[in-house]
Amino acid sequence: MKENKEIIPLDFEKPLIALSKQISELEQKTRTLQNGNKKLVEDLKLQYSKVKSEIYKELSPLDKVKIARHPQRPYTLDYVEKISPVWYELHGDRTGKDDQSIIGGLIEIDGQTVMVIGTQKGRNLKENQKRNFGMPSPEGYRKALRLFHHAEKFNLPIITFIDTPGAYPGLEAEAKNQSQAIALNLRELSGLTVPVISIITGEGGSGGALAIGVANRILMLENSVYSVISPEGCAAILWRTKDKTQEAANALKITAKDLYELGITDEVIPESEGGAHYNPDETSRNILNAIRNHLEELLKLTPEEVKKDRQDKIRNLGVFSTN
Amino acid sequence: MALKDFFKNRQLKRAAKLHQKQGSATAGNISELKAKSAIDDALLCSLWTKCQGCNELLYTSELKKNLSVCKKCNFHHRLTAHERIEQLIDYGTFVEINDDVLPSDPLNFTDLKSYKERLKDAQQLSGVSEAIITGIGNINNQLVSIGAMEFQFIGGSMGSVVGERITRLAEYSTEKKLPLIIISSSGGARMHEGILSLMQMAKTASALKRLHEEKLLYISILTEPTFGGVTASFAMLGDLIIAEPEARIGFAGRRVIEETIRQKLPKDFQTAEYLMENGQIDMVIQRQTLKQIVSDLIRLHTQNIKKKRFSNNGSDKTIFEKILARL
Repeated sequence: MKENKEIIPLDFEKPLIALSKQISELEQKTRTLQNGNKKLVEDLKLQYSKVKSEIYKELSPLDKVKIARHPQRPYTLDYVEKISPVWYELHGDRTGKDDQSIIGGLIEIDGQTVMVIGTQKGRNLKENQKRNFGMPSPEGYRKALRLFHHAEKFNLPIITFIDTPGAYPGLEAEAKNQSQAIALNLRELSGLTVPVISIITGEGGSGGALAIGVANRILMLENSVYSVISPEGCAAILWRTKDKTQEAANALKITAKDLYELGITDEVIPESEGGAHYNPDETSRNILNAIRNHLEELLKLTPEEVKKDRQDKIRNLGVFSTN
Repeated sequence: MALKDFFKNRQLKRAAKLHQKQGSATAGNISELKAKSAIDDALLCSLWTKCQGCNELLYTSELKKNLSVCKKCNFHHRLTAHERIEQLIDYGTFVEINDDVLPSDPLNFTDLKSYKERLKDAQQLSGVSEAIITGIGNINNQLVSIGAMEFQFIGGSMGSVVGERITRLAEYSTEKKLPLIIISSSGGARMHEGILSLMQMAKTASALKRLHEEKLLYISILTEPTFGGVTASFAMLGDLIIAEPEARIGFAGRRVIEETIRQKLPKDFQTAEYLMENGQIDMVIQRQTLKQIVSDLIRLHTQNIKKKRFSNNGSDKTIFEKILARL
């Protein structure tokens, strides 16, 4: 039982919490007693870890959504800090706003400069006002676009970290043409000659996520989700009630495993047991390893091959039948 | 000046003030005292500097040691072009180029003074031949081409010479494949050269286009103050734009805007921090860390390309020596 005590438990974890509490109580009581009772505690512990791994193995899609949205889940800046000794953030779209829900900057991996672009959520209300709960505005996507071009110019591979509920649905966002900002990113990303690797680290919220997610390699953390619409939204529209969220989550096929099986993504990156928030260091190491592997492969290609690799990948998306 | 003289001077000044308040001194007496204190003030400046941010008196030598940043209030004092180069470029590696491009008076322009006279005065005051010095040098052992503007020279304004020197510097960068750094400090275009100065905006921007097409790095560093035609041309075209804290940067001046829209503007309007919040610049950086960060950024932007080139052609470490030999 090495969990951090301060982790906020999710509802499916509550039996575990209760069990672990009982075990620790028992442990205290038996501290003064004979060996026989100590064995009992150890048996219980063994059983506990079995139950735990079973629970985490059989998480439903909706449970994964809950983990993906966990308030203590590591965000882009947390990962950046752990995978690179260097971090120079670059700000602004140069035309009127520095949208803080998308961040970008330079990091270094094995002596290679890499451009990182990612959505960023806040930890508390104040931070979330600044980060807009990780929901980018058109200016955010235009900042990302500026940095894509910057990376292309200086031959910097791009890694994007995606964890967003979606693009911000707001009045000003519409007035400034949110759709065009997303659309332009999709087009420009597909034409880059530097390698692009996208990692879904939490919520992959529809178009808002795809706008920085057109990549040579799309990777997903084990407990992340990627979907055209949130399960709640889907239930409200198609089932006409939010009570059917569970059904919608199952039907949409939104988990990392589902997307891998559908051939959308290239790898599922394992997280620490119970989710990345239990051990961000371990999860960051896994992410770094995955980046290294894919980057090594992609850097062997010529710029034109990198572009073709990405365009071929995109070209083959979709399932249909022909006569 | 000795410290003793400083206190004596202060006593004299106080006495003069007292006389003024009481109105008892004769007119001659006061003017004598005033004249004396004016001379002493000039002397004082060499020893002490009054911080323009917090009015604190600071030892000039201490202030210079801290790169002209006030230790009390972090005010970044203006620097001369030579001080800029000194602070950024490794000692002894700077070589000035294009210093033979010199100003003339194409329009025979005269306002209160003739432009020719103004140029002479400015050269005497600032000790440089025009409002920018350009050259090449090393930043932490990485060769760059660099230009630093001199605000004391007619407000760092851009005329034909500034435009030409920047253009030549950019062309030199393009040819030698060097990163380019320009430190701006300017009130804008130079009115004394009329439309010719306006056209320098197009000329510099066009030179930077060629640099951009060659995929070379251009870092623009904005310092207090950068305005008008300079902001609206080469200063805002950096691949990376860095500003010093609280530097005022903009297109139109604050007073002009206030008069036009008849509104009071917020206090932080057009400061570096305001610009960053509004997405116009990449970073605001303390002068003490500027050299390290700029050199780091150059390394980060060139190492991937270098790696590629080395794997194809082998080493070409002696670029600096080659270029120096050709000069």
